[in-house]
Amino acid sequence: MFSRKNLRPARKKIKLEDGLWLKCESCGEILYRKELDQSYWICPKCNFHFRIDHQTYIKLLLDDGKLDEIDRNLVPTDPLGFPKYKEKYKTSVKKTNIKEGIISGRAKIADIPVIYAATDFGFMGGSMGSVVGEKVARAARLALKEKIPFVMLTASGGGARMQEGILSLMQMVKTSAEVALLKQAGIPYINILTHPTMAGVMASFASLGDVIIAEPGALLGFTGPRVIEQTIGEKLPPGFQRSEFLLDHGFVDIVCTRRELRDNLVRVLDVLVNHVKNQ
Amino acid sequence: MAEYYLDFEKPIVELEKRIDELHGLEGVSDEIGKLERQVDRLRKKVYSRLSRWQIVQLARHPRRPYTLDLVPYLFTEFTELHGDRGYADDSALVTGIGRFRGRSVAIAGHQKGHDTKERTKRNFGMPHPEGYRKALRIYNMAGRFKLPVINFVDTPGAYPGVGAEERGQSEAIARNLQEMSVLRTPIIVIVTGEGGSGGALAIAVGDRIYMLEYSFYSVISPEGCASILWRDSTKAPMAAEALKFTSRDNLVHGVIDDIIEEPAGGAHRDWALTAKLIGDKISEALAELEKLPADELIARRIGKFRAMGKYKNSS
Ligand SMILES: [Zn+2]
Repeated sequence: MFSRKNLRPARKKIKLEDGLWLKCESCGEILYRKELDQSYWICPKCNFHFRIDHQTYIKLLLDDGKLDEIDRNLVPTDPLGFPKYKEKYKTSVKKTNIKEGIISGRAKIADIPVIYAATDFGFMGGSMGSVVGEKVARAARLALKEKIPFVMLTASGGGARMQEGILSLMQMVKTSAEVALLKQAGIPYINILTHPTMAGVMASFASLGDVIIAEPGALLGFTGPRVIEQTIGEKLPPGFQRSEFLLDHGFVDIVCTRRELRDNLVRVLDVLVNHVKNQ
Repeated sequence: MAEYYLDFEKPIVELEKRIDELHGLEGVSDEIGKLERQVDRLRKKVYSRLSRWQIVQLARHPRRPYTLDLVPYLFTEFTELHGDRGYADDSALVTGIGRFRGRSVAIAGHQKGHDTKERTKRNFGMPHPEGYRKALRIYNMAGRFKLPVINFVDTPGAYPGVGAEERGQSEAIARNLQEMSVLRTPIIVIVTGEGGSGGALAIAVGDRIYMLEYSFYSVISPEGCASILWRDSTKAPMAAEALKFTSRDNLVHGVIDDIIEEPAGGAHRDWALTAKLIGDKISEALAELEKLPADELIARRIGKFRAMGKYKNSS
């Protein structure tokens, strides 16, 4: 589990400055919003990747920017009657215009049919409750049934959603079991990790891809940095738990900018799916 | 080992001590009988109304039996097996093979310590990735030799440290969940104390999942939840109520198969009886599970986790 408050609230800041210009929160450069929108929301000066929502990723990654969505009406209950869960849920729906922190469905990537799913940090930190777990599992099952690759993008700082208690924790098993079945059947499973992907999400389906691609500078790990600092009583070095750190330690395959993300994804999918291709 | 009693245990223990003292004397059998009835009533009264926070305290009781305390009662010919074959041996998680009532089995469990030295050595029962990878090595071996696996869960959580992150705590946990889901041998899980989130779950995928009566199993520690909700970890007792994570709560939520009752006063009062009650449950589970072909076993295991979670359709 991981508190949203520990993370850089990039999204919020963009919203606060609703004008034409905004400030890069990494280098402080003043940037023209329209230009950022046309350059993958990457700061031209320092390469900082602004947080983008699930809709923007659909436009960037999927053919014609199109997702044929499934399971869009699955919504959570409040199984524990947890303090303020209902209110938090309603606020998130208003903010993101989706009914849960994940969208999933059929799509094509460079003409390759895939099942695609993505969590959205804007919705309760992209945390995984029963619905997120169920939708990941159903997406994986559909990929298995249709024998097409499953591409899973995560922006989940919240890990397993505290508000649904033990049921959220069990989604880690539910999702990982479906990945196990994909692997047995030889169906490609690709992870795209974006800032941040932590705790119960990182410790289940987000760490299990045949190929794992990460955006630069994303915070990726099990325990949140603040909790580790409290435990060991010292400051963590810069770059700790960032994508490049995971690359160095052997836990992701590719770290690439958002600009190169689709090309990398296409190349990997193509090789895994089309075993013979006449040049 | 020094005596240690929780506040709500003290009046019970005082009465028990008075009974013990009287046992040496003559002509006091009436008095003893009276006191015994009194202590029974008191125990029932206290233990039937335990708050979730009191259950947390029982689950964390320093005299609670840990994996290596239960092993001698439950298994013969036990051999501890060490190391993940990649990095190190993690003593916060012990593994081994042995016989359970005549049947060869594999065993894995978190290990805490009863004194400061042992607690430090065992890292308070908080494994690093190599601990989970050692368990996975044993699971794979068990799969090859068709040994049922028996897991004991009692950890505050996976260790939150620099080395743990460098060596892939997330990946180690995730991989166990993936591999255990399709392991071709029965897996029985008993939560004996603290079921601390992902660090517990990484050895808790099973065909049968049981909890000792006064254990808890949660997505987050009550302290962690309290700091997020109220920015105050001392409000843990309130968080415990909100999280609803006792054996009874988890049975209601369909996350566990059954509750294993504890001896009067809790598992720490009688390790031998605790082990026997656990053993009877393992026997019962094995009798059912060993009849199933591996494919059927796995299909049911995955089906069990597929059914976990609550959601609805909105239009
Ligand atoms: Zn910048």
